[in-house]
Amino acid sequence: MPAPATFSSSRGAFLGGVKSALTSVFCPVIMGTYIGIGAIAHDFGLSAWWLALSSVLVWAAPAQVILISALGAGAALFEVAIAVSLSAIRLSPMVVSLLPLLRGPGTRLRDLLLPTHFTAVSVWVESLRLLPAMPQERRIPFCNGISVGLMGTAVTSGFVGFYLAAGLPPLLAGALLFLTPMSFLISTARNAKMLVDRLALVLGLVVGPVLSNLDVSLDLMWTGIVGGTVAYAVHRLREAAA
Amino acid sequence: MTAVELSPYLALILVGFLPNEVWRVLGLLLARGLNEDSEIVVWSRAVATAILAGVIAKLILFPSGALVTIPLFVRVAAAVCGFAAFVGVRRSVIAGVLVGEAVLLLGGFLFVR
Repeated sequence: MPAPATFSSSRGAFLGGVKSALTSVFCPVIMGTYIGIGAIAHDFGLSAWWLALSSVLVWAAPAQVILISALGAGAALFEVAIAVSLSAIRLSPMVVSLLPLLRGPGTRLRDLLLPTHFTAVSVWVESLRLLPAMPQERRIPFCNGISVGLMGTAVTSGFVGFYLAAGLPPLLAGALLFLTPMSFLISTARNAKMLVDRLALVLGLVVGPVLSNLDVSLDLMWTGIVGGTVAYAVHRLREAAA
Repeated sequence: MTAVELSPYLALILVGFLPNEVWRVLGLLLARGLNEDSEIVVWSRAVATAILAGVIAKLILFPSGALVTIPLFVRVAAAVCGFAAFVGVRRSVIAGVLVGEAVLLLGGFLFVR
């Protein structure tokens, strides 16, 4: 594989991006995650093509898990939209910090639309790692290549999980369904570097089931607002005390 | 109105794609000025983390489908063991997931039949 900086054309840069996606550490993580999401989608009665379209349009695993479990459980559409939207706020600062790397003197707004849509944790981390070594005019196709490689992996894995869940004996199907909560629990804990994030994780784990058991309406939204705000308040109080 | 009354594809656009995408577009419009350490970003990340944690806990405690056949204590034990393995084995996501799944399968095998 040539050094990233030597792509002679946009096409070469795009293919280089696809290649680096398929060899990235995110590739196996996305496979496991989307096999699990495929199983959940099957479990909640959505179709495999619906899942594939959601992977292309939403392209954010946490939002997709919330969307699928809430839609499948028959939650009010308003609540689903709020919960999905609250889970997606983190995308804004990622876009804000990615675009300056992509934008050059001749860059048009429409060239930035695809990278904007493709922005997700995996694409963002890999782009920030690999793009700086590359000439500016190759960065957008390379970034699109990474994104297409990872999104293709997600869509394919979603189909695999969906049809595995349909055909496996109950115990193995149960293990497949367990993949989503297990991997999300761990990857959320790993991403939680600050005290505020760790507290929010613990509070959400406790408050979510309690509100759900009490039949509180819009329980997901309240879990986020109560758990997140309490965690944030503790963080502010500790900063003020320090 | 629930999703059952609406086409699942229309629901995907209205309550999945749009409420998610709006934050990406906002990032494109702002493009500068919002950084990862600003207070509103810290708070919103905490809210999002708590929502996701709530969903995770509900998927483990009140599952549907095939996971129901595996007893509650096995599901919780598997999650705890998986998390312990993640902490113990150099914060490896793969190690945690594999241990959690192994405990779930073992527990399911022992207690379901």
